[in-house]
Amino acid sequence: MTKITFVEYNGTERSIDAENGQSLMQTAVDNLVPGIDGDCGGSCACATCHCYIEGPLAAKLPELGDTERSMLEMAEGVTAASRLACQITVSGDLDGLVVRTPEGQH
Amino acid sequence: MSANVVIVGGGHAAGQAVASLRQGGFDGGITLVTAEQSLPYQRPPLSKAYLAGELPRERLLMRPPAFYEGAGVDARLGVEATGLDAGRRSLTLSDGGQLAYHHLILATGGRPRPLPCPGADHPAVHYLRTIADVDAMRPRFVQGARIVIVGAGYIGLEVAAVAIKHGLQPVVLEMAPMVLARVASPEVAGFFERVHRGAGVDLRTGVAVSAIEDRDGKAVVVSTAGDRIEADLVVAGVGLLPNVELAQAAGIDCDNGIVVDAFCRTSAPGVYAVGDCSNHPSHLYGRRLRLESVHNALEQAKTAAADICGKPQAYDQVPWFWSDQYELKLQTAGLSQGYDQVVIRGDMATRSFAAFYLKDGRLLAVDAVNRPIEFTLAKRWIKDGKAPSAQQLGDDSIEAKALAA
Repeated sequence: MTKITFVEYNGTERSIDAENGQSLMQTAVDNLVPGIDGDCGGSCACATCHCYIEGPLAAKLPELGDTERSMLEMAEGVTAASRLACQITVSGDLDGLVVRTPEGQH
Repeated sequence: MSANVVIVGGGHAAGQAVASLRQGGFDGGITLVTAEQSLPYQRPPLSKAYLAGELPRERLLMRPPAFYEGAGVDARLGVEATGLDAGRRSLTLSDGGQLAYHHLILATGGRPRPLPCPGADHPAVHYLRTIADVDAMRPRFVQGARIVIVGAGYIGLEVAAVAIKHGLQPVVLEMAPMVLARVASPEVAGFFERVHRGAGVDLRTGVAVSAIEDRDGKAVVVSTAGDRIEADLVVAGVGLLPNVELAQAAGIDCDNGIVVDAFCRTSAPGVYAVGDCSNHPSHLYGRRLRLESVHNALEQAKTAAADICGKPQAYDQVPWFWSDQYELKLQTAGLSQGYDQVVIRGDMATRSFAAFYLKDGRLLAVDAVNRPIEFTLAKRWIKDGKAPSAQQLGDDSIEAKALAA
């Protein structure tokens, strides 16, 4: 189990013991984290799991893939911290990760 | 007694309805009734990674069993809703039980349209809609097998792509003169035909099945062209019939699906219909639509849940779809029906292009192949009702991002 903290757009925080090997998107969906939809089930087709990851642990994330980069390119509210949660797999390296979620995914 | 909701169905719409009700603060009882032996799961991988054996069954679930326990959901698996009394607000179940409801969400989806030809009940003939369907065909879906796929829609072409990857010999028969006839333009269809033929698929268009015969346990598919094709496995993907019978028998308005308003309410008080089974008014396209897509299922479930939670919000979304075949990601936004102009951006030979569909200069839809940026932009343009000119859309030397300005 890896501790992940999701912070909503309005500041509401919730910490989750995430299962290693699962995607960050599925972790959010399973735990009813608002602001993460994951419509396409993780095939990088919809960009409805857009989130923001900053801080030292961001460096431990895999680099942006080509499709992920393109999908994010035109997403609303994109920043240097933007990621698609479906492309990130939870592992022990990410213990303490803080993920900010947007108000909505449209 | 506090209000309760009964949800009938086991796909994306049913699963999302549970989540959105709880997310929206609904604290009454939720009962989920599904004829399948599984909690709500994702169907798109069935014709892709699940058929390919790359995805274990538990990964198909939208949410794990613990979620439903935590949400206090009474899940009745393997139980069919056989009768609905909309006046008494009561449901009859196949196990003999009765369920009273304040709100009922029909997320009954659809079933594959059966092949209409003689011999369609041959044991080698399979359809693809459920986990059980894929599990049933798997013993025949083996390397070296000859597979005849009837219908070159999304499902047929995705199965053909997986079949090639697994060393089967696929033959695809399509009644229409081109593949993806219901959804794509001749230009885009032609591209997918070249891709599949190039990959080794024996693709025959303008050919229907007139009969299926038996030869020592194998199926012999007789085509209208007079061919006789022996097959270890026949997979038919010739459309979906919406499951409206429960609603229809209860006197609820149905017309190519269960008729709903912009809030997914049917003609019966307290009864909603969402997903593939529903027929909704589209403000964007100025007509009624019955959509078969994940996005529609999820968003309509959210719409119904929001109404039940007392926060009604009209459904008004740009439809979108995706399909994975080989290394190609096809993303479609909008509906192209009625277009009078198609603009191709990029070179199809590079397997990266977007086809924009316009009517009277207005953007209706896009088919984007390995072009996520164009897909994302077009979805927004369609929603906003404004887009760059046809000339700008077709000029691939202008960066897509620059068109957004």
